[in-house]
Amino acid sequence: MSDQTSSGPVVAADGRPLKQSLQRALRRQKLRALMLIAPLLIFILVAFIAPIGAMLFRSVENEVVSKILPRTVVALENWDYGSGEAPDEPVFAALGEDLLEAVQTKSHTILARRLNYEKSGMTSLIKRTGRKVKRMDMDAPLRPQFIEADQRWADPEVWGVIKAYSSPITAGYFLNAMDLRLTPDGIEKRPESDSVYVLLFKRTILLSALITFMTFLLGYPIAYLLSNLRMKTANMLMILVLLPFWTSLLVRTSAWKVLLQQQGVINDVLVWLGLVADDNRLELINNATGTVIAMTHILLPFMILPLYSVMKTIPPSYVRAAKSLGATDFTAFRRVYFPQSVPGIGAGAILVFILAIGYYITPALVGGTSGTFISNRIAYNISVSGNWGLAAALGALLLILVMALYVLYDKIVGIDNVKLG
Amino acid sequence: MKLTTTLMATSALIASSVAAGAEEMTIVSWGGAYQASQQKAYAEPYMALNPDVKIIWDESSGEAVAKLRAMAEAGNLTWDVVDVVAADAMRLCDEGLAMEIDPDTMLAPAPDGTPASEDFGDLLVSECFIPQIVYSTTVGYRTDLVGDTPPESICALFDTATYPGKRSLEKRPIGNMEWALICDGVADEDVYDLLATEEGQARAFAKLDTIKDDVIWWTAGADTPQLLADGEVVMGSTYNGRLFALIEEQKQPVAMLWDAQVFDLDGWIIPAGLPEDRKARALDFVYFATDTQRLADQAKYISYGPARKSSAPLVGKHAELGIDMAPHMPTDPANAKHTFLFNYDFWADYRDDLDAKFQAWLAK
Repeated sequence: MSDQTSSGPVVAADGRPLKQSLQRALRRQKLRALMLIAPLLIFILVAFIAPIGAMLFRSVENEVVSKILPRTVVALENWDYGSGEAPDEPVFAALGEDLLEAVQTKSHTILARRLNYEKSGMTSLIKRTGRKVKRMDMDAPLRPQFIEADQRWADPEVWGVIKAYSSPITAGYFLNAMDLRLTPDGIEKRPESDSVYVLLFKRTILLSALITFMTFLLGYPIAYLLSNLRMKTANMLMILVLLPFWTSLLVRTSAWKVLLQQQGVINDVLVWLGLVADDNRLELINNATGTVIAMTHILLPFMILPLYSVMKTIPPSYVRAAKSLGATDFTAFRRVYFPQSVPGIGAGAILVFILAIGYYITPALVGGTSGTFISNRIAYNISVSGNWGLAAALGALLLILVMALYVLYDKIVGIDNVKLG
Repeated sequence: MKLTTTLMATSALIASSVAAGAEEMTIVSWGGAYQASQQKAYAEPYMALNPDVKIIWDESSGEAVAKLRAMAEAGNLTWDVVDVVAADAMRLCDEGLAMEIDPDTMLAPAPDGTPASEDFGDLLVSECFIPQIVYSTTVGYRTDLVGDTPPESICALFDTATYPGKRSLEKRPIGNMEWALICDGVADEDVYDLLATEEGQARAFAKLDTIKDDVIWWTAGADTPQLLADGEVVMGSTYNGRLFALIEEQKQPVAMLWDAQVFDLDGWIIPAGLPEDRKARALDFVYFATDTQRLADQAKYISYGPARKSSAPLVGKHAELGIDMAPHMPTDPANAKHTFLFNYDFWADYRDDLDAKFQAWLAK
């Protein structure tokens, strides 16, 4: 018999509704847990997420043009690229004022570099005009003076580039990374001779998948051996797996160079055995084959170790039980052992695939031209060409690709099916 | 007891690092034999003259532009003097990351009184750049693998009939496109005008296509010497100093093909925005390291030509091998009959575009 009204909520001993009381207790627990991980969270946010976010933002940031040529950008809004002619005097007047200010702060060279990424020749055009703009007569019409300083100011293509890149946020870098181009007319495809990124993305994904598969083929038997042998032998073999893992990456890659070269050890042995003609030696390096071989070797421990740690937890009694029920060796393996090792395969495969996609040292050293990855181009754009916007766009695309593949993996295999031991 | 020992050890460590007192200067260079020659010719004499200065070397010149840009954005300059090639110096100067240098007040005059601006002459390609050496990208070939007629012209690179076998070329368009056009019959003066056009670029790529399957592309200066020593390639391009080391120091059966060598300049820049004391020290070092005798001294250790006109007569013998260095200089008249100077203006404009096209061509 209860003396509560049927419409009132359940109350705890102190009169507060039970639901509230429960939430309060849970909240305190959650807060305590949050406080414990707060230092780590702040560290990751500051040292990891913030810098990467800032770098990724560069892939759309395009403040250079609108900051250095503010009046010109506004004046260009009325100009139509389709007219086929350079703009009129007001635009040139705006350009003159902007350039004069830019030259004083020497920021016109930054503008020159930025526009040169989109159209060759802009560096010399803007630098040369920058030297001459100080001597121009600001009260006389500027259009003829500019065109006299450099013929290219009469070319609508030049103005088209400036207009296309006027806005502070641009999709230009992303389009560039997908072998498209931003023109005043809209988006158009780049010519074949200029398109390399889509091909590289495809190649990176395919080769990384191949490498993952090869490490799985080679790593599964080794992990099986390691987990099923006697302790002593297993430990000995484990050292053989770990020692190369601890050796420097560059040393291992250089060793592969010595082995795989045309005049290298493998080819010499094959010629000596008579399997290969001397003037027709196998080309095992400076192409995709070299990359796959070297990277399979380097990433093998990343597949073996997760597999080993999962296999170690598989009780041998299951397989024995299956055999006692009449299964052949192969059926017992296929239906009892293998499904239990799938979480380890999942962990190893993800690890190897993501590492392989991001590698750039080994493909650079042994890949030649047909074995280089997208990461080599990202490195080029950061170190040599200085086009950080394009590098950020390529990096962002790679990140999106990996995340998409992760979602796909989740749908097919299930992310709960990943164990590291 | 244990706690006391630990505390004393820690405080001793901290005290020693503070009480060091030495002024430290960070110099950035390329590593390898080139940096070793700079250490022996510039850094060691400078430290002998200024005992309270300690020079620390960093081997990051390959990424100097990217790193200086990052340092400027972070507001934390850790470098004092940076060795870069001229094209990078121009880019750094454009972006305001390098300090402007006035040669006549900041660099030493020649012993006969000629001001520095005349002694360096045309090699002062940028307002921020202090040239140090002239080096060239040139071709070396295996003397025992080229048959009876050693190659005399750069077009031997494209002649796979007479000289079968693999070649090694630098994995960038600079140099290779010019060689392709010359060997396709274009006159030297017209090369860059033609390269600025689509037809010219297509023509250069077509010529390179004829040997594409036989080329191993290098990115590091040490690649070609290694490939030549292994016999992987019959001929290959690299920096002339590396070939000198291969031929004279390691005694490999290789010879130099000097025809159509592409000159480039390597020199110092001082990062912009250094605090006054570090700037003064950096300027002092550069004044010392780029005077006439010092530049001639560097030639004792590596076969790169000094940038000053007044240093050329002072070039002597190699410090260890004792051989005369003058005939091995890229600027020596016997070697410099047909040369190309890296066209900085052209490549500043076209490098980004042509490199993208070059990589696309490579990937196919």
